[in-house]
Amino acid sequence: MNTIRVVIVDDEELARQVVHEMLLPHPEVEVVAECANGFEAVKAVAELNPDLLFLDVQMPKLDGFEVLELIGPDVAVVFITAYDQYALRAFEVHAVDYLLKPFDGARFDAALERAKERLGTKMPPPSQLAAAARPPSQYLERIVVRDGPKVDIIPCERLDYAEAQDDYVLLRSQGKNYLKQETISNLETSLDPARFVRIHRSYIVNLERIAKIEPYTKDSRVAVLGDGTKLPVSRSGYARLKELLGEG
Amino acid sequence: MHPILADPRRLALYLAAWIPLVLLLAGVLASTDDFTWIQAGELTLPLAAVYAFVCLSAWYLCHFLPLRTSSIYYLLLTINAAAGLSSLIWAGAVGWAVAIGLGLEPQYLRQRPILFGAGFLLFDLAAAFHYALIALESSRQAQERAMQAGILAREAELRALKAQIDPHFLFNSLHSISALTTSDPAKAREMCVLLSDFLRSSLRMGDRERIPLSEELALARSFLAIQRIRFGSRLQIEEDVKDGATGCLVPPLLLQPLVENAVTHGVATRVEGGSIRIGISRTGGRLAIRIENTFDKDARRGRGGFGLANVRKRLEACYGDTASMEVREAEDRFRVDVQLPAETEAAGAAAVAHPAQRKGD
Repeated sequence: MNTIRVVIVDDEELARQVVHEMLLPHPEVEVVAECANGFEAVKAVAELNPDLLFLDVQMPKLDGFEVLELIGPDVAVVFITAYDQYALRAFEVHAVDYLLKPFDGARFDAALERAKERLGTKMPPPSQLAAAARPPSQYLERIVVRDGPKVDIIPCERLDYAEAQDDYVLLRSQGKNYLKQETISNLETSLDPARFVRIHRSYIVNLERIAKIEPYTKDSRVAVLGDGTKLPVSRSGYARLKELLGEG
Repeated sequence: MHPILADPRRLALYLAAWIPLVLLLAGVLASTDDFTWIQAGELTLPLAAVYAFVCLSAWYLCHFLPLRTSSIYYLLLTINAAAGLSSLIWAGAVGWAVAIGLGLEPQYLRQRPILFGAGFLLFDLAAAFHYALIALESSRQAQERAMQAGILAREAELRALKAQIDPHFLFNSLHSISALTTSDPAKAREMCVLLSDFLRSSLRMGDRERIPLSEELALARSFLAIQRIRFGSRLQIEEDVKDGATGCLVPPLLLQPLVENAVTHGVATRVEGGSIRIGISRTGGRLAIRIENTFDKDARRGRGGFGLANVRKRLEACYGDTASMEVREAEDRFRVDVQLPAETEAAGAAAVAHPAQRKGD
């Protein structure tokens, strides 16, 4: 049997210890890393490419759902938490199982069994997971972006605009560019429509950044941002803008 | 509904109060030589029986012209006009009819001004009486409201106390114990004891009005001892507790939620952990509690608004304006300052004896 490579993520050492201990009777499982926070977890997944993640939900900086959003579809995830209110969300993001602290060996083994069955089957792409991981009827407050093992957190108020680039979106924030694997339509639905507007097929802009709108051709306009950046505005995009700004 | 007509007992008392008035009026009439005592009684008794009910109508005037908000001239004018009118009808028409019936018409006609004056005065008297009645009623209602508010505040307090013990804290602690049972059984037992101590004392506190700050501090310490086992070196604790401050009385579970907030929304949000500083001092009649902790400015999980809001509400319910709570954020430090009157055993007992009055202030 192939070795199952496991990463344990929890900010409490004792909690990691429990998982470790319950994996002892399973020689087919190898713990390749233990992580004390979300950043470490994302880094470990990028570098070690494990099969299975035991993931705490409440952690500093990045929570379990954000970690899941960043690590992509190839890793099976078992959530471990003391909070039962995330169970539904966990299954929406296709977690293998959801362990409530404290748990016993039998419950843990059952979760491990389910994980083994799931190994090798692909999960949906991360962009879909991201949408599901977001609590319903709540807009994003920040966007997490992974660049290899490195994780950046962009609070939405610091996002200037987003530009579609094939399967990715380019996010512009404080003079820096970030690439995130997500469609621009998906991003649009996650952002607060009162603060962000889709001005073009390929662009979403932060309303607060727009300095002025100038005519460009007969049918189109450009939005000039505070830092001088010019973004194309389509006719329907202009209609949306007018509606939003008109109300203000 | 009329407060006297609505209640037979009150009506009986009201009518009884008319008996001396009837006697007085009969006496005045008898002293004029036109009437004998018997005749005066025969005339005044039916008249008074009618007028006692006429005077009840003063209530409607008093009700629509409250003393506090009405202009005094308008009020005097209206009431005296009503008094004049009702007296005119009473002494003039009703009195005449009764006098004719009794065969006392000439005497009546001579003494009519006395009856008219009496009617006027009696109506004014009734108005004054009704004003007093209304004032009494509204003060009784105010007292009832204050008592009701006191009961509500107390219920809210108990509900708040129940909500204070975070179930996730329990589950996480039990999980830590579960981890320790194999790796460090002695430590597992220690944590069981700490957790039991914590639970026992927080449950016991629910039914007490005030507890010594030393007990509250002990509770916070056992909470922190448990969290130290969970978080290890990520949690640093400093204490600066001045002698003489811990004897003061405080509402139960005042300090503990602040400390809990400092852990869950402060230190726990930082990868590298942080420190919590508890400062308690007493200056004269004031007790000052300061909880300071490191926190992650970018942490998304709010600032623990619920726990803090709860403490603020309870301070308000217990002390009104004499206590304050201030929250400050600077860089990566989060600080809560609570100031309240330094109550000791004796003063505290007195305050507890009149909670409703203090709340009504």
